[in-house]
Amino acid sequence: MTQLVLFNVTNGLIVGAFYVLMALGLSLILNLSNVINFAHANFLTLGGYFAYVLIPVIGFWAALFVAPLLTAIVGIIVERLMIRRVYGRDPVYSLLLTFGLAFILQDMCRYVWGTQGLPLAVPASIAQPLSADLFFITGYRVFMVVIVLVAVAGLFAFLRYSRAGIRIRAGILDLETVAALGVNVQLLRSLNFAVGIFLAGLAGVLAAGQIGLNPNMGDSLLMPSFIAIIVGGVGSLAGTLFGGLLIGVAAAVTTVFYPTAADAVIYVIMALVLLARPRGLFGEEGMMS
Amino acid sequence: MLRSATTPVLSRQRLGLAVLWLVLILVPFWVPFVGGYTQLAGRALVLGLAAMALNFLLGFTGVMSFGHAAWFGLGAYGTGLMLRYVTSSTLLATVAGVLLGGVLGTLLGRLLVRRRGVYFAMITIAFGQIFFYIAYRWNSLTGGDDGLRGFQRQPIGFGRFLLDIQGNDIALYYYLLFVFAICVGLMGLLLGSPFGRTLIAIRENERRARFLGIDVERQIWLSFSLSCFFCSAAGALYALLNNFADPMTLHYTLSGEIVIMAVMGGMRSFWGPLLGAAVFVVLQDYVSSMTVNWMSFIGLLFVLVVLFAPRGLLGVLQRETPR
Repeated sequence: MTQLVLFNVTNGLIVGAFYVLMALGLSLILNLSNVINFAHANFLTLGGYFAYVLIPVIGFWAALFVAPLLTAIVGIIVERLMIRRVYGRDPVYSLLLTFGLAFILQDMCRYVWGTQGLPLAVPASIAQPLSADLFFITGYRVFMVVIVLVAVAGLFAFLRYSRAGIRIRAGILDLETVAALGVNVQLLRSLNFAVGIFLAGLAGVLAAGQIGLNPNMGDSLLMPSFIAIIVGGVGSLAGTLFGGLLIGVAAAVTTVFYPTAADAVIYVIMALVLLARPRGLFGEEGMMS
Repeated sequence: MLRSATTPVLSRQRLGLAVLWLVLILVPFWVPFVGGYTQLAGRALVLGLAAMALNFLLGFTGVMSFGHAAWFGLGAYGTGLMLRYVTSSTLLATVAGVLLGGVLGTLLGRLLVRRRGVYFAMITIAFGQIFFYIAYRWNSLTGGDDGLRGFQRQPIGFGRFLLDIQGNDIALYYYLLFVFAICVGLMGLLLGSPFGRTLIAIRENERRARFLGIDVERQIWLSFSLSCFFCSAAGALYALLNNFADPMTLHYTLSGEIVIMAVMGGMRSFWGPLLGAAVFVVLQDYVSSMTVNWMSFIGLLFVLVVLFAPRGLLGVLQRETPR
């Protein structure tokens, strides 16, 4: 029993780590540009497929970085061509736009790579179980957690210490003033969007190594990422981080005791948080209205 | 409908309304000649009602729900479950569907009323998915992934007269139109009343409405609840139309489609969403029969509407309403 719970908690943390990567990117875009990126999960999928194409050419380790980068470039193109046109307009338009983009990207992946699931080759050096007793702790899972930790630490360092990161944080608080101080807001939003998409692409490569590739692989991550943001509190990246891990573990632990409710439990958590603390666990007053 | 205007405009509008209802009533007679079929027209009518219900909130209160499929789907499941397990009365089943979606929407709406903009949308999406997962997982009751089957709409008796909506597509269409007319009539009355004016005041300037002493949260809650009731009525009809309730009717994909119908038709106009739904349904029917890549086309439609026709089909035709 202990092992079963431990197994599921580990699983939950790993799934939660994916939620965190997705949700941090979504959160960045939401906070600065007030856009919910419905296509975020499809950028994740695209990242996975880019890695699939790149690995035979440049190897796994290079692809781990290059595939998210390519995804981010696609993200910048999409942002420049389309999403920037709906900034500042009624939020219904940005939702519909990214919703349509999600359809298109998913259909494109299906068209190019087929509906069949594809495996992603992971180097043998990280694919071994590390312990006979705790069989579920494979090298790849440890590796995923490490990469996610590095990415999250990198993001927070970027936001805290780099000039662009500081500007993004300032823009989240008051974009108008930041613009008045002479910052190119368009560029800032593009950069911010690219950072968010990079994280999604990275999550895509990691997830593909674990569960393989298919055109819908990101879809199951989208709603939990929304909930991670709501539970953690809109406007707080630390909250998103905590929210993602919390619902990942909660869903996994529920799987042990009552598997049927595993999908629903995260929504229950959301409803409870909204009842008890409407701004979310780490949210600032007034961010959500 | 909501334009305060001079007499000629008013009479032109009355004429327009008369023509519209005539077109709707005569659907079974003209649709076959333009290559459609009554079932398709029924779909357009039902989804049109859903889009008009959404627009009650989106267009006339200025609050964006992106989870209206939940209330639509609950209406469908409520009706389906009632017909399957409880009663053979189509009318009772319709009412049950409306109540299931409407009441649950009203309860959850209480948690939403302080949220605005994208956050309101995000939470409505997430709430909507709760019901999707319940329908998807509760196999023994709802049929899970396969959807709820094993129920049939039943003929409706009015004294000696029997409306055979079971075997006769045209009779079914008139039942749908009947419920549609009740809902749309109610919506029109509500929007024309002081309550409707209040909603528009909130849409135009929430802060000013608050300063005027309007209890904004309460009005938005009321508007949301009414919108849920109307939307679940549409869902109830959808279950009758198909003799089937599908978990995908609860999914946020349908929510997005309902929103695009409203926006494509014109969310500032009362009838726009119906037009949007008709165009969407016909287009989807046509494109999905032509190509397997229909998703790209639907996605492209979303993008094109947002970038090039954000005011919708009727919005383009109408003059700017004076503020």
